[in-house]
Amino acid sequence: MTATGIGASVRRKEDFRFITGKGRYTDDINRPGQTYAFFVRSPHAHAAINGIDASAALKMKGVLAVLTGDDIAADKVGGLICGWMIHSKDGSPMKAGAHPALAQGKVRYVGDHVAVVIAETYTIARDAAEKVVVDYTVLPANADTASAARPGAPVVHDVAPDNMVYDWKLGEKEPTDAAFAKAAHVTTLEIVNNRLVPNPMEPRAAVGDYDEGSECFTLYTTSQNPHVARLVLSAFIGIAPEHKLRVIAPDVGGGFGSKIFIYAEETICVWAAKKVRRPVKWTSDRTEAFLADAHGRDHVTHAQLALDAAGKILGLRVKTTANLGAYLSTFSSAVPTYLYAPLLSGQYNIPAIYAEVDGVYTNTAPVDAYRGAGRPEATFVIERLMEVAAREIGRDPAEFRRQNFVTTFPHQTPVIMCYDGGDYPQALDKALELADYANIGKRKAESARKGLLRGIGISAYIEACGIAPSAAVGSLGAGVGLWESAEIRVNPVGTVEVLTGSHSHGQGHETTFAQLVSDRLGISIDNVAIIHGDTDKVQMGMGTYGSRSGAVGMSAIVKALDKIEAKAKKVAGHVLEASPEDIEFKDGKFSVKGTDKAIDFASLALQAYVAHKFSGQELEPGLKEGAFYDPTNFTFPAGVHICELEIDPQTGIVTIDKWTAVDDFGNLINPMIVEGQVHGGIAQGVGQALFEGAVYNKDGQLLTASYMDYQMPRAGDLLSYDIAVTNTPCPSNPLGIKGCGEAGAIASPPAVINALTDAVGHEDVPMPATPQVLWRAAQRAVQKIAAQ
Amino acid sequence: MTAVSMTVNGQIVSADIDPRTLLVQFLREQLRLTGTHVGCDTSQCGCCVVHVNGDALKSCTTLALTCDGAQIVTIEGLATGDVLHPMQAAFRENHGLQCGFCTPGMIMTAVELVRRKGANLDEHTIREELEGNLCRCTGYHNIVKAIAAGAQAMGAAAE
Repeated sequence: MTATGIGASVRRKEDFRFITGKGRYTDDINRPGQTYAFFVRSPHAHAAINGIDASAALKMKGVLAVLTGDDIAADKVGGLICGWMIHSKDGSPMKAGAHPALAQGKVRYVGDHVAVVIAETYTIARDAAEKVVVDYTVLPANADTASAARPGAPVVHDVAPDNMVYDWKLGEKEPTDAAFAKAAHVTTLEIVNNRLVPNPMEPRAAVGDYDEGSECFTLYTTSQNPHVARLVLSAFIGIAPEHKLRVIAPDVGGGFGSKIFIYAEETICVWAAKKVRRPVKWTSDRTEAFLADAHGRDHVTHAQLALDAAGKILGLRVKTTANLGAYLSTFSSAVPTYLYAPLLSGQYNIPAIYAEVDGVYTNTAPVDAYRGAGRPEATFVIERLMEVAAREIGRDPAEFRRQNFVTTFPHQTPVIMCYDGGDYPQALDKALELADYANIGKRKAESARKGLLRGIGISAYIEACGIAPSAAVGSLGAGVGLWESAEIRVNPVGTVEVLTGSHSHGQGHETTFAQLVSDRLGISIDNVAIIHGDTDKVQMGMGTYGSRSGAVGMSAIVKALDKIEAKAKKVAGHVLEASPEDIEFKDGKFSVKGTDKAIDFASLALQAYVAHKFSGQELEPGLKEGAFYDPTNFTFPAGVHICELEIDPQTGIVTIDKWTAVDDFGNLINPMIVEGQVHGGIAQGVGQALFEGAVYNKDGQLLTASYMDYQMPRAGDLLSYDIAVTNTPCPSNPLGIKGCGEAGAIASPPAVINALTDAVGHEDVPMPATPQVLWRAAQRAVQKIAAQ
Repeated sequence: MTAVSMTVNGQIVSADIDPRTLLVQFLREQLRLTGTHVGCDTSQCGCCVVHVNGDALKSCTTLALTCDGAQIVTIEGLATGDVLHPMQAAFRENHGLQCGFCTPGMIMTAVELVRRKGANLDEHTIREELEGNLCRCTGYHNIVKAIAAGAQAMGAAAE
């Protein structure tokens, strides 16, 4: 391993600009003659629009335009789309209600886009928006997940009179029912997976620009996948054909899924730029982000686990209602279906699984992928069931898990997935040792002497990353392929530009991708530039989400590097007067086997471009290669997280004492960055378990629409984590990488809740387990102890 | 419009501004110092922290006019030429940032924390003092490490 090669904790190349204030985020970009957009948003969860009077706003000095749904319709701007088709049990397609970028006749959630004011300054636009008078007839709202499809509920979309987007199933019902019929024990849980707001620290923003001479649009936007944005804005929304639309996603301040989607605001900015013949900029404020960024999770689930008398799992039965919000966001339909139910088998050998999912419309913000996307929800179901089942049959939760682990690979589950490799007992052993699990009894007794309740909770998670291959996801309803692209441009002086379809918004690709290239070509990491996030530079790509950039994006780079090496060997053959088969490439040098004849990489690059030593008719000059990589399978990171905590029954305050994480991500490119990803994921998962929850009241008003109402995890709420890894290299990609971006967020909520329920001695601890929830839960424990 | 004048990163700047202009707007839009960010506009997240007369202040809820005559330092003014401030270097060395959006505010908060509480900061103190700064990427683990190391380096540099 070299100091900057694969496996080294190289300090990040991108950091210098961020720590000196030189990052370039979308809101930092200003175009000459720029105007500002401010959206008039619905204050009602559900209402008919009788009319919009913009006359007072239009009279204000500095207001250029007020645009509404009528203008969208007149210009034939297409609606926002959902790109994954899900079919109901009866084979019928999901019921997708129209999703115009500006409301047409009806608003369906608080924050829905009614009109946009475009003005000389942000302040004028915001003031003028106050003067736009919208005549609403308020309709009853349908804001509750569990009861959204009840008879007589207010109808969100006419295409779905029962508010059902789909009723979907996975697995086989009869064998599962048969497994339950012969069970010695059945564990049953009612689970609410709380609704979350992703909250990247950078709010969404967009700048739309139109050049009349070339008839080309440019959109700067906070996107995790600018090419997907361009595809949707071109092919479906119809802003412009792809060769006339450039999408740039510059530095992006976190995404966590919420910046995958193609939203109304960027659509309007790029469309309106041509209308007002000036660039149009929009920057979300935080409350707008709470109202209109796609939310995450929001499941209500009834789950049952069947065991035989020896504690072996016989079957799993799950019925989930998933709130999809008022409109189907870009990938929303897939999240509670194909990203959820196929993970319900966890790390366990479960012979029969049957899952039903009802996707429902409500008068709330759209719900889509948020860090983990379906997999945290699945992990929460199976890891709560495992914990509770162990307690009910009087088994140690760790040993009960071990008994049911998958131990041979490949392992075909009853729910699509074929696990390709792993070593689950190894991670469990390591985690139990690091957490000093054996002595938890002593520590509990010490806490009890102080009047405190101590608990420990295990979560043995599995996730599926790098969703692929494209043909398989296509057969499941995906509207896109999930490959990745890479292009390697070797310059005549031997420096290298790597163009990737992945997008970095905190993951550190400028460093890790450069490590890979530096390692392979034997050149300095400083001579490698990673270029991403601009559709005029990178031809096509699928972007970054689902922990796919290492497993899929870097594999595409490997494939392109293979081609570079093959071509370079041909050039070297000519230069060194040998057959290409006799050329070796090692440590940045091409040499003739068994001789001292050699040429270094930079000199070889120059030879490829001057083309003096070979016939340009027989071998093309230059050194530039591209590749598209489509994986053969998902990757399956897995691991064990253990949370140990203490509750003060007097106050309901919980202190997490120790966090142990043992993850198997396969081979690591940069352990420092991998650990950072785990830290951040755990914090978000602990946030879900203890603090965060988006709350709508029965009228569909969002009660948690700022950081004063929605509790984000802060430094003082958290601790330093103990992180370790195991490594079973992934057999499904050339680097043996599995993906690490979401693991922490997937593993941690059940670890926290299993620890809290262990501490209080009963299972009635919902998320978020706020001090109020825990005080109530702890009082029951205290009373029980007193009664004894 | 009202005239305002202040010293920003050592340079005297004067402008006629709308009295409603926030300090962060003045810095970002008028002076094009875009390293100071707006994450929440309610002084909860700390992405906008700058130093005003040596105090860490949230520029998203400060009127620019109230800073008339003040000495302002932003993230762009922390390094000396190409030499990073020890706290900036510590964030890089300890992987104390991922997306980088909260980072300027974190670093400005940390520098002022060391000025107030000294170079020997324990983990508990650092975590408590970060009450006004949110990060969504790092889980704070490496930020806490970075601030402890940056504080030590600031202390050593001052000796």
